[in-house]
Amino acid sequence: MSFWQSPRGGGLVALAVIIGLLPLVFPNNYFFNVAILIGLNGIVCIGLNLLIGYAGQISLGHAGFFGLGAYVAAILTSNHGIPPLGAMLLAALLVGILAFVVARPIMRLKGHYLAMGTLGLGIIIAIILNQEVELTGGPDGMPVDSFSLLGWQPYGDRVWYWIVGGLLLATVWLALNLIDSPVGRALRALHGSEVAAAAAGINVVRFKVKIFVSSAILASLAGSIFAFYIGFITPGEANFFHSLELVAMVVLGGLASIYGALVGAAILTILPQVLTVFHDYEMMMLGAIMMAVMIFMRRGLVPTLARLLRRRGS
Amino acid sequence: MADFLQFLFSGITVGATYALVGLGFAIIYNASHVINFAQGEFVMLGGMGSVFLVDIGLPLPAAIPLAVIATMAVGVALEKMAIEPARNASVVSLIIITIGASIFLRGSAEVAWGRNFHSMAPFTGSAPIDIGGAALLPQSLWVLGGAILAVLALKYFFGRTRTGKAMQASAFNAYAARLVGIDQRFVLLLSFALSGLFGAVAGILIAPISLTYSGVGVMLGLKGFCAAILGGMGNPFGAIMGGLLLGVSEAITAGYISSAYKDAVAFLIILLVLFFLPSGLFGKRRTERV
Repeated sequence: MSFWQSPRGGGLVALAVIIGLLPLVFPNNYFFNVAILIGLNGIVCIGLNLLIGYAGQISLGHAGFFGLGAYVAAILTSNHGIPPLGAMLLAALLVGILAFVVARPIMRLKGHYLAMGTLGLGIIIAIILNQEVELTGGPDGMPVDSFSLLGWQPYGDRVWYWIVGGLLLATVWLALNLIDSPVGRALRALHGSEVAAAAAGINVVRFKVKIFVSSAILASLAGSIFAFYIGFITPGEANFFHSLELVAMVVLGGLASIYGALVGAAILTILPQVLTVFHDYEMMMLGAIMMAVMIFMRRGLVPTLARLLRRRGS
Repeated sequence: MADFLQFLFSGITVGATYALVGLGFAIIYNASHVINFAQGEFVMLGGMGSVFLVDIGLPLPAAIPLAVIATMAVGVALEKMAIEPARNASVVSLIIITIGASIFLRGSAEVAWGRNFHSMAPFTGSAPIDIGGAALLPQSLWVLGGAILAVLALKYFFGRTRTGKAMQASAFNAYAARLVGIDQRFVLLLSFALSGLFGAVAGILIAPISLTYSGVGVMLGLKGFCAAILGGMGNPFGAIMGGLLLGVSEAITAGYISSAYKDAVAFLIILLVLFFLPSGLFGKRRTERV
């Protein structure tokens, strides 16, 4: 059975078709805008799910990496005249190094330590973005130069839709390949039992650090693209609540499910848009969803539904 | 010198609140190995609850115990409805559940009481006491006195009462405690009630100094968490020392270095502790059984 006929590869084709067809039914730019946000959240969540779902580690600071990606790219282009693509890659490199430096000592510890470490790091990043007013504009935020590559400038929501759609497909494809590779098998092994994995010759710490750094870099890239697309960023992108939202997306969609992360991102991005009437209840509902999913549907939406379908099919 | 004294006073006052919150983390952690991220919301419920009860006409001495009891009830409900059904869940799942509970409680408070800041009258006057050139608010004495009283009560409870000893025993070895007939579910419930108590007390004591609002629990909760880690997770004495230490370092940073980065101090300390001293200042090093 080739990759394309497997359920995972088939899913990738289906996703490509959906991304290709959606513009036909979108009545206006607002829908493109929401779809782009879903795509960007989806990219972050796929990375985060590799960490939470496959490596069994939680990060409560991914919004910090997202925000850092956004701000570093924006500052490098606006203040230092570095081309946007170069600024994006530099931001990703910086975030990657930061994630590595922090994760390396923490990953030797077990249990909730990464949760604390990432939480602390994320909040420190948010505080710096808020306080370094000369560099970041402080709580009021800062404008971002528009993106350009060799003289070409993406203009309008439609163009950005195809860019983000393409990046999303690439991310899904990379993630699918990763979990079917030796790295992925190692990750699943250490989620099952770290001791057993170590006994089987897996360098547990190294794998966990690797996956943490990769997910941080994905968040940074998504953050940079977000900055160039929106054109204006605030420290809110990096705050603790946004980190929690990202975790909620992953949990709702389904731990250890690439498509689950995407579905979770879609639902929690659309929900506040649909429920603007219930704006006051948004936070309450987000909390209730997180609790309910973890208590009643511990695997999350997509894995639970997939299981039901399979049972009915057989 | 007067400056330093001033920073010390405000640091110890705030630190005592962190200590009480950290104590709540430690108690629940000992009983269940759950990190209760909703701890900060207990602080908010205590403060906001008393403000609300005073607003509807209750005298302060009646409002405070009522708010404390209500917060304890929320703690018990949280354990019954969210933690117990998820027994045997992984650490990550439990973290997510308590974070969900925290967001839910905060959201509910916003719906019920709005997002405005509320102030509470100091318990006994607001004329500062002059000590060596530094001003000490009478409310600070209430905070310190309340914290000391809470700690002494807890010490008595753990050391002298049957129930308290049962909780200690469960913290040392839950399985062995069950074998000698200690009801683990009761211990768990009690631990959530107790940390609700400490959270609410902290929130009420600090409300006249720092104002209270529906989001007040986020930072206080996280810093209490830092205090618990700094002192060594699961060590109540450590949590208190950790809280005081954090409060004082924050006040000194704000005074001498930069008030803008005052909030970052606690988290910076946490990262350093994780790097160099993962079992905290007063925690025991543990080896893991396989």
